Amino acid sequence: MDNANSTTAGLEKGIQDLDQVVIRFAGDSGDGMQLTGDQFTRTTALMGNDIATFPDFPAEIRAPAGTLPGVSAFQLRFSSFDIHTPGDAPDVLVVMNPAALKVHLKDLKKGGILLLNTASFGALDLKKAKYEKDPRTDGSFAGWRVIEVDLEARTQEALASSPLDNRAKDRCKNMFALGILYWMFHRDMEPTIKNIAQKFAKKPEIVDANLAVMKAGHAYAETTEIFQTAYRVPPAPMKPGTYRNIMGNQALSLGVVAAGHKAGLQMFLGTYPITPASDILHQLSGYKHLGVVTFQAEDEIAAVCSAIGASYSGSLGITSTSGPGMALKAEAIGLAVMAELPLVILNVQRAGPSTGMPTKTQQADLMQSIHGRNGESPVCVIAASTPSDAFDVGYEAVRIALKYMVPVIVLSDGYIANGSEPWLLPDPDKLPEIPVHFAPEGKPGEKFMPYSRNPETLARPWARPGTKGLVHRIGGLEKQDITGNICYDADNHQHMIDTRAQKVANIANDLPPIETIGPRTGDVLVLGWGSTRGAITAAVTRLQKEGHKISCACLRHLNPLPKDLGDLMRGFKRVVLPEMNKGQLASILRDKYLIDVKSYSQVNGQPFKSHEILDYLTKSLSASQKEVQQ
Amino acid sequence: MTSVDRPVMQKKDYKTDQDVRWCPGCGDYSILNAVQGAFAKLGKQLHETVIISGIGCSSRFPYYMETYGFHTIHGRAPAIATGVKASNPNLDVWVVTGDGDAMSIGGNHFIHAMRRNVGLKILMFNNRIYGLTKGQFSPCSEQGKVTKSSPLGSVDYPFAPIALALGAGGTFLARSIDILGAHLEDTICKASAHTGTAYVEIYQNCNIFNDGAYKGFTDKDVRDERVLHLQHGQPLLFGAKKDKGIAFDGNFRPYIVTGADLSKAFVWDETAETPAPAMALATMSEAEFPVPIGVFRRREKPAFETGLQGQVTVAKSKKKETIKDLLMQGEIWDVK
Ligand SMILES: Cc1ncc(C[n+]2csc(CCOP(=O)(O)OP(=O)(O)O)c2C)c(N)n1
Ligand code: SF4
Ligand SMILES: [Mg+2]
Repeated sequence: MDNANSTTAGLEKGIQDLDQVVIRFAGDSGDGMQLTGDQFTRTTALMGNDIATFPDFPAEIRAPAGTLPGVSAFQLRFSSFDIHTPGDAPDVLVVMNPAALKVHLKDLKKGGILLLNTASFGALDLKKAKYEKDPRTDGSFAGWRVIEVDLEARTQEALASSPLDNRAKDRCKNMFALGILYWMFHRDMEPTIKNIAQKFAKKPEIVDANLAVMKAGHAYAETTEIFQTAYRVPPAPMKPGTYRNIMGNQALSLGVVAAGHKAGLQMFLGTYPITPASDILHQLSGYKHLGVVTFQAEDEIAAVCSAIGASYSGSLGITSTSGPGMALKAEAIGLAVMAELPLVILNVQRAGPSTGMPTKTQQADLMQSIHGRNGESPVCVIAASTPSDAFDVGYEAVRIALKYMVPVIVLSDGYIANGSEPWLLPDPDKLPEIPVHFAPEGKPGEKFMPYSRNPETLARPWARPGTKGLVHRIGGLEKQDITGNICYDADNHQHMIDTRAQKVANIANDLPPIETIGPRTGDVLVLGWGSTRGAITAAVTRLQKEGHKISCACLRHLNPLPKDLGDLMRGFKRVVLPEMNKGQLASILRDKYLIDVKSYSQVNGQPFKSHEILDYLTKSLSASQKEVQQ
Repeated sequence: MTSVDRPVMQKKDYKTDQDVRWCPGCGDYSILNAVQGAFAKLGKQLHETVIISGIGCSSRFPYYMETYGFHTIHGRAPAIATGVKASNPNLDVWVVTGDGDAMSIGGNHFIHAMRRNVGLKILMFNNRIYGLTKGQFSPCSEQGKVTKSSPLGSVDYPFAPIALALGAGGTFLARSIDILGAHLEDTICKASAHTGTAYVEIYQNCNIFNDGAYKGFTDKDVRDERVLHLQHGQPLLFGAKKDKGIAFDGNFRPYIVTGADLSKAFVWDETAETPAPAMALATMSEAEFPVPIGVFRRREKPAFETGLQGQVTVAKSKKKETIKDLLMQGEIWDVK
């Protein structure tokens, strides 16, 4: 809570204006932390703040209650200015039990507020959290402002006359904490009242209980002396328009649906459940009324194959997955390359290798996406960089796949998928057109040439089975250009290899110049792709304000790369690239441009913190100065 | 069906300009011939028909049929075909596969196609060997098979493909033999008439790597005694004079009946709800009993694509929404 101005606007308790706050809710996976965070987020978005969120799920659905692996957290940051990340260290930490305390206390900012539920600090609770002594009594909290509340007792009091049983009452305790925070941060309770009423419309006693507890929490904060100050975060100046808060998986789903609609195609999603991509299936399976067909296949191979079959038959074939599923799809993606069919593959990356850490984030599937198939098998690869950007990227993937008749791999990650931010809704009528030209009926006696090509794009015609006069055979065997007949001729193979590569290279012809934050020349250029965008932008804008000649750009198109990338990099003394992998894009850029791109790698399952990037860039800047002096 | 739109079809209409590349004498030739015969009989229009195959000698099939064709990847034809049929149920979708393609690498897709009852017609050319990769044993090879990859004989037990398909919930299961042209053509016509997945196992001779695999019951001089024709509503009789029959004991164990006991021969009902008799025939020892051909099972059940597209149709009629409506969901707010 930097930049605090104290005022006491005539109220009994003090009010401070802040320009941003980071709150983290942490508790057992059964404590409703995600729901609490979600409610705070909705309310805050409606109140006009900029906001970014980061849910951090435990690996197990229901790890034993009270244990360290069972801790679930939700961090949100809201502000009165434009923000790029959900923040590094929280200003306020709400912990529901000792396990949550153990996992998260070390992150709390010095001087920050710790709101502690004292109900579950019995000997057994402490033991489960592997505390030898009660941390409340051994000085562990020095340097923080601690607020202790017995949430369970307060909740039971608030629900004294409720018909619910004690366990059900207990489950409302997160709402007491929410009520307290609503008071502390001057939040309106109305949106939550509406939302809870809607959500549990069929269970009025649950609605009543939750709302009663929230209001009790609010009143408690207002009246008891523990809480001395409330804080106000005025709305952020935002571009005019209509907004909605959106998560990455939602936006990605909406992007492909909007594009399919614009193209006038039936959309077919063939997929197999996998964390963190399953929500795409859940969402799209609810869009049948928009002509979206979803198919839950027997495995990822069948999933991508069914999507290829759908594209072959003239629908928009899409498949969604995460790392392990991506590995299984490789051979079939190669078939789509060979058959030159449109196909969109959504890969919501997670921490690997193998099963890795399914609920944690990573961006280590880049090389796999670009190269991970047998033979020379070029595909287009693009990446989403924020939850709302996923809409545009989903749309762009469909546009490219249809225009060039190629598979397009979209890389998102767990951080984008489950994170959220306000989204300035686009006007659907103004989204770019996506023209689709199916090959027309053939004339009698004329033989259809399935591999004749559009001279500009090199795309082949899309011939829908069922169309008269177009019968033809395609497949994974190498084929003669134009006729599509099987062909083992050496010159033809070379020609086809080159043609498939050129077709993907041609996609770069459509791309606008790279957008940079800052001038196109200077000391340091920070490149990034995917979800590192927020942390990079935050660090770079801060350094720019300090007067440094530093710029940054986030690349959406990773294969092919934008044509102006080489020149852009050459305008700087030093190019650095933070990535949540061992330097995959950095090594691609070094290879392609012979520029010594410095990789800043972090692969720990967590997003970069912007202060880490800031530290690294500060060192880079001084290094770039030294290089010049030498 | 002789309108301008649906011209009468002849076998030759299905031939392509590609040279057929199977080994001379391969059983695949006669299967191609029977499929072309059946398609002509059924008046299948070229542009409405799609043939999808995996990888193997058998899977070369689409190149020789003047229809839409997709020669895909090893084992995955049913999955790709499911995508085709589910997106456009009006297409007549056929899958051509081998015993390795369907039972080994593609086993998962095969059983799930059966389970879902997708409207695919699956023709599995069973030569009990990997032909294209030059003669390794397949999941359908008999135990002890000596091949390049099993010099001391294979240790694996084989699948009984019809039993597998039955266990997976298949609704149309039949078997025929490459050299019985008329029977094969007829079986293909029956498969074509079925809604939902139709599976036809076709015994096919690979004269290069597994020659004579079926000789023991297909040779002219033994055929009558060794082949059991399943005929709906008829007792299970075999032999040149139909003087032997198959009956079942209380545990559905088959036994051979003759003479006065012939009346105990089981009356075949391909539409029976219980899979027990079909399972008994599908797993009957080839050495002790005649080999059944014909339709093992034929049950009506709504096809997968009908249910899938049906949900879309109903949803469309119940809920109208523009993309704008879709984007404007959840809590929205305006910034002026
Ligand atoms: C992924 C993959 N693995 C292995 C192969 C090699 N392969 C091609 S066909 C085949 C077996 C074919 O046997 P079957 O399906 O019985 O067909 P047949 O040639 O006997 O008609 C194998 C192993 C391949 N093409 N792809
Ligand atoms: S190897 Fe066998 S199955 Fe393959 S074409 Fe030759 S004979 Fe036919
Ligand atoms: Mg075989």
